[in-house]
Amino acid sequence: MIYEIFRQERKGQAFEHAGSVVAPNAEFAEAWAREQYGRRGESAALWLVPRDAIHDVEGWADEFDLKYRRVDGYSIKARLKEARERASSRPR
Amino acid sequence: MAAVEIPQDEQAFLEYVQAGGQVETTDWMPDDYRAKLIKFIEMHGNSELMGVLPEREWILRAPTLQRKLALTAKVQDEVGHAQLIYRVVEDLGKPRERCLADLVDGKAKFHNVFHYPTKTWGDVGVIAWLVDAAAIISQKALLKCSYAPYARIMKKICWEESFHILHGRDVILAMVTGTREQFELVQEALDRWWGPLMQFHGNPIPREEDPMFIWRIKSQGNEEARQQFLEGYVPQIRELGLTVPDPNLRRTDEGVWKYTEPDWNELKHVVTGHGPRTEERLAFRRRFLDQERWVRDAVLAA
Repeated sequence: MIYEIFRQERKGQAFEHAGSVVAPNAEFAEAWAREQYGRRGESAALWLVPRDAIHDVEGWADEFDLKYRRVDGYSIKARLKEARERASSRPR
Repeated sequence: MAAVEIPQDEQAFLEYVQAGGQVETTDWMPDDYRAKLIKFIEMHGNSELMGVLPEREWILRAPTLQRKLALTAKVQDEVGHAQLIYRVVEDLGKPRERCLADLVDGKAKFHNVFHYPTKTWGDVGVIAWLVDAAAIISQKALLKCSYAPYARIMKKICWEESFHILHGRDVILAMVTGTREQFELVQEALDRWWGPLMQFHGNPIPREEDPMFIWRIKSQGNEEARQQFLEGYVPQIRELGLTVPDPNLRRTDEGVWKYTEPDWNELKHVVTGHGPRTEERLAFRRRFLDQERWVRDAVLAA
């Protein structure tokens, strides 16, 4: 069985994919993952996930322009400039 | 943001990787790309596995307990690299057992430097320092490999290699600060290894003609790697009072290193299985592969 190895470098950080090992069971997978990714104390924790257990999701439909939900949907530079100009020309 | 679609035809795929795009195991890829990946990565795995043999010969003869332990750790690291690398090859479609069978049958290649004998402890220092330095230059150029699973394991490999270089430099420093005889051992080893070291990065084929660069499996050309090696290490060699055995070696005002043309015939001869220690080392691997088959069988049956 193929186990994908995810490692966490320090407590609190995200787990990141590091590689994989082939092992007959989780016990052997752990032994090898410990050797490969933990021998020098370089990982705070490891996740060993059977490859078959990974539900892979890819591809997002983008038929509609949904930019209003994102930062790049807003270009405020020109408007901000104009607002500032109006503000400075406005009598106080 | 829409997910990046991996192009499904060869030309578009080529443009995708050339623009810095990366692919995963499950993505579509052209057959030629897959074949080149397997060839390149398998050769890297073979080199890690064969690369421990010259050093292994010195574990029992290391001058101190500290050196013995460090050398053992290095050998363990390199075998670990081979395991990671073969795993990547396996996912691309070539099982590890077949990689190993091709290796011991002499059908697969490994790096030129691992076909040579190690005469003295000076050779061990030069290998650990300069051969590993040359190797890490190649390996760092793989951190951006278009095949992402390979790039990811390269992070760990480069991290461990940096310890190997320091270990090698420490061995060299101990010897050049020792007796006259010790210093001579280092100089003699450097004389022996300079030729193979200059051949290591391959002939200066323009990177635009190098299939491994075209597919962005590696991110630099052969000559670029060699120049980087010379720029980084010639000053470090010379500051120790050692002499680089090439009278034509010089750095131009533009910062380009000129050198005597490496012996490309020797390189070709050696990597095609005719090096001074090729047969002996393959026989060693063959013996152990056979002797330890029961371990692999037992583990897989668990």
